[in-house]
Amino acid sequence: MFCENLILMSIHRLKPIYRALILLLCLISAPVFAQLNIEIFGGGASRIPIAIVPFADENKLQQSITPVISADLQRTGLFKLVDPAGLSPHAPVEVVYSDWANRGANALVIGRVVPISGDQVEIQFRLMDVAKKSQLTGLAITVPTAQLRMAAHRIADVIYEALTGDVGVFSTRIAYVLKRGNKYALQVADADGYNAQSIIEYTEPIISPAWSPDGSQLAYVSFENKKPIVYVQKLATRERRAVASFKGSNSAPAWSPDGKKLAVVLTGQGGSQIFLVNADGSGLQRLSRSSGIDTEPNFSPDGRYILFTSDRGGSPQIYRMPVTNTETSNAERLTFEGSYNVSPDYSQDGKGFTFIHRNNGQFNVAVQEIGSRQVQILTNSKFDESPSFAPNGKMILYATEINGHGILSAVSRDGQTRQHLSVQTGDIREPAWGPLPTWK
Amino acid sequence: MRKLLGISLIVLLSACASQTTQPEVDDLTAGAGTGSEGSDLMGSGSGRPGYFSQLQDPNSILSQRSVYYDYDSYSVKSEYRELVLSHARFLRDNSSASVILQGNTDDRGSREYNLALGQRRADSVRNMMTLAGARDEQIESVSLGEEKPRALGHSESAWSQNRRTDILYRGE
Repeated sequence: MFCENLILMSIHRLKPIYRALILLLCLISAPVFAQLNIEIFGGGASRIPIAIVPFADENKLQQSITPVISADLQRTGLFKLVDPAGLSPHAPVEVVYSDWANRGANALVIGRVVPISGDQVEIQFRLMDVAKKSQLTGLAITVPTAQLRMAAHRIADVIYEALTGDVGVFSTRIAYVLKRGNKYALQVADADGYNAQSIIEYTEPIISPAWSPDGSQLAYVSFENKKPIVYVQKLATRERRAVASFKGSNSAPAWSPDGKKLAVVLTGQGGSQIFLVNADGSGLQRLSRSSGIDTEPNFSPDGRYILFTSDRGGSPQIYRMPVTNTETSNAERLTFEGSYNVSPDYSQDGKGFTFIHRNNGQFNVAVQEIGSRQVQILTNSKFDESPSFAPNGKMILYATEINGHGILSAVSRDGQTRQHLSVQTGDIREPAWGPLPTWK
Repeated sequence: MRKLLGISLIVLLSACASQTTQPEVDDLTAGAGTGSEGSDLMGSGSGRPGYFSQLQDPNSILSQRSVYYDYDSYSVKSEYRELVLSHARFLRDNSSASVILQGNTDDRGSREYNLALGQRRADSVRNMMTLAGARDEQIESVSLGEEKPRALGHSESAWSQNRRTDILYRGE
């Protein structure tokens, strides 16, 4: 990850894919309800001091690059921004390292914007190590001016990865449901809440959006026909199909890691039980068999297990069962603290999961390690719901309530940093953090 | 760029609108027992069977369509027994009639888990009806979970109105 020598990585080989992605993003644009507002709380104890110098000529663009990078890094709680006021190097030869060392910066970001042709620009950036007086990494990205925020997120990802060793998730997307009056919109937005677009809008509720592993489709539950039915919709074409529309209720879709199957909850055979169905709606197969409620399935990253919520033991708790070709009544109970533990979501390494834990009438986000069974409660709010891990396992996105309004919140895995995403009017809920982009 | 995006948004909005427009049904404020919320789904108007006048007679117990529950419970309370049995007998005597039973919960806790709890409420009414002579094919029990509250707010009076099963006749 650490590159000592000057490397100006070219992503020209990625361009066709990148272009396809841009096209995809344009195609899914639809009514934009409102910008999400972001507030940040807390922050880690040992934050990395970083100075980000506004890129040369970026003020000539419709969208400056460095403010987006700064906001991305700041939201993680892992960085402390050092004010570059008065200094404006744009190339390594212009950097006086002692100036930055005196300001307490460990890392320095510099760069420039070069117009290529028409609506294309090249963004060159370098991440400098102040102590070693050398370049850590760098990148030149050619993008249409319509995608400047996306380019900035990519640069923020590179900086984050170089300085923390973890995968950056700034160029991922999130899905959630926005309720305004009696209208429900399933929306997709950038991870920072910008570029919100409606995938579908209804006057009936939508719940439980779930990203396909490649990020191209969303499964969700719609009540448009007076009962819950599971649909899968392609983001690029809006093409939609009902994958579970059986007698009774159909809900709680979860994708298998290979994207070929969905676990769903059906009631047609009695109770609420977990079934597997092919992504095209064929090949129904029962997975769980209990006399209680089995719901909220979630696949392990290797596809071998499903976490789910069941009240087979008397209260709702989280269980794990193997995924096999036959139905099973056997499952291992994983949660034991308290009388209400629901909504499990695996971390990407498969070693733990996040869930909602009820404690004294409060519903809070918690995490549990599967091996040690160690539980950590991360929030202290009242009505948390639907926790969802970021694809790097460092943040958890969830729905909560402030002053009677539904908002989204993200908390770091260690509980140190929180951020709120809210809209001016309306309630947002049912968040799902999307996968890493396919070019990553 | 913003302008350009705006234009494409409008185009897509209109495309989207034609795809998703549907009749407005004001379920949230529907009065208890009207059963009106199912009417757009099940089609109405011409050729409706004569028994609907009986179902809608305000003096008949059949005009009552909601069963309410205690907290964390899905058993039909004795005060709603006669209501459920009356509908069961009606279904038994009118073999072409059919119902959809919608279970509902208050809004505390997980939406999906509440969906499963609402299903239990609808199933409890279905079981009582089939034991009293209604046929399985006449009944679909489903859940709306916490998604369609009759009353809003975090109070016991709101919650108690939302813990219910609604009986909707198809075609009504």
